[in-house]
Amino acid sequence: MSRRPSAVWPVWFVLLGAAALMSLPLPDSLALVRPALATMAVIYWTMMWPARFGLAAAWLVGLTLDVLQGDILGQHALALTVIAYITLRFHLQIRIFPLWQLTGAVFALLALEAFIHFWIDGVAGNPPAGPGRWTQVLAGGILWPVVMAIMDRVRERLERRDPSFG
Amino acid sequence: MALGTPESDQRGLRESNPGLRAVIVCSLTIVLMAVDSRSEMLIDVRRLLAAAAYPVQVLIDSPVAVGRWLGESLATRSQLSTENAALRQQILEQSGQLQRLASLAKENARLRALLESTAKISDRVLVTEIMSVDMNPFRHRVIVNKGTDDDVFVGQALIDADGVVGQITRDRVFSAEAILITDAEHALPVEILRNRLRSIAVGSGQLDQLSLPFLPRNADVVVGDLLVTSGLGGTFPAGYPVGTITAVNSTTGEPFLDVTARPQARLNRIREVLLIWPGDPMPIEAESEAPVQGAPGPAADATAAAEVSP
Repeated sequence: MSRRPSAVWPVWFVLLGAAALMSLPLPDSLALVRPALATMAVIYWTMMWPARFGLAAAWLVGLTLDVLQGDILGQHALALTVIAYITLRFHLQIRIFPLWQLTGAVFALLALEAFIHFWIDGVAGNPPAGPGRWTQVLAGGILWPVVMAIMDRVRERLERRDPSFG
Repeated sequence: MALGTPESDQRGLRESNPGLRAVIVCSLTIVLMAVDSRSEMLIDVRRLLAAAAYPVQVLIDSPVAVGRWLGESLATRSQLSTENAALRQQILEQSGQLQRLASLAKENARLRALLESTAKISDRVLVTEIMSVDMNPFRHRVIVNKGTDDDVFVGQALIDADGVVGQITRDRVFSAEAILITDAEHALPVEILRNRLRSIAVGSGQLDQLSLPFLPRNADVVVGDLLVTSGLGGTFPAGYPVGTITAVNSTTGEPFLDVTARPQARLNRIREVLLIWPGDPMPIEAESEAPVQGAPGPAADATAAAEVSP
């Protein structure tokens, strides 16, 4: 399966690009509905290619986010590892869901991630983030079909190039 | 859709036992978080990681930077000459005011010398830019494009043309992370310019609001009072404007007044900010300020502080 490991680099590009996009400057009004693109990318690739992208990839993306956003080292890494584990555990069920059910599942995962951040902020003594954290979850849920369509394109192209993927 | 064979996935996953791995990774990550938030051990690791992330941040900042550069390059001649005229007038007015400041500063230094107290007359400043990179969306943190390469140190004060902006929280080589005064974790010692009443201005988490939670009910504070830094605490040099009082409410039964202020600095639209080295005279003024330098206090402190932070 790992005959051509170099061919997965576009996925790494997508994952780390999603993490970098999280620090794209947005006006205050739009920042409230900034979707957690990195989380959605991690969910997608863990669900579709669980043998290649799992806990380690999620942890690395999380650490990148921690560094880029100036949080406690490990905050995003922990949240994304938990999300990746749950996705890994149920990937056979959720990837055959119809789109609306899958969107619901992703919404639940995003809400869980927000709750983990809420919990870490509480333990670490950071000021609470306020309602913005939950409007972002909502925005992520609504945008999932779009994100999924884009990632499907990337995946289908990679699978066409090398049928051993998947 | 080629989703692959479930059997092969399952076999691969069972062999690696994701449940156990998840528990181990999460426990180690929690240890990492505890170490990072409670101790200074990881400060060098962080600096290294942040240095690795700097190119990404430059890339994210680049569309805005290019846009600004294009805007400047493509400005029409009339726009430039209008701006030039306005700036000329401003510099004339300000140098007029500065003439008096120089003599007042000398007088202040003489009087302080009579009192045998040290004087902090001039601070060295350096213009830096806030990069257009969002950090954690729920905190008021920014990245500035000067770092330890330019002697930036942790705790250094940042101001803009109107007032105090924030302070440096993490220094890196070519950039630094700063916290704004409106962040809910930030507090700075202030005094009311009118009567030198001291208090603490705490960030509210909103970019246009500070709160002063520790003023007793009989405190002499009215709407419109100007808050300046008091210099207590040592982080912010004294006398820089911080904000204007916008509301004073007293609730019966509460021991303290509910006072809010609006920051002087326009925190939501600034790009250029100034880094301050307190008590460290500007290189150009070094000669004229030489007599004041006789008192070894502040300048020595500042260089010591700069050296302590690597």
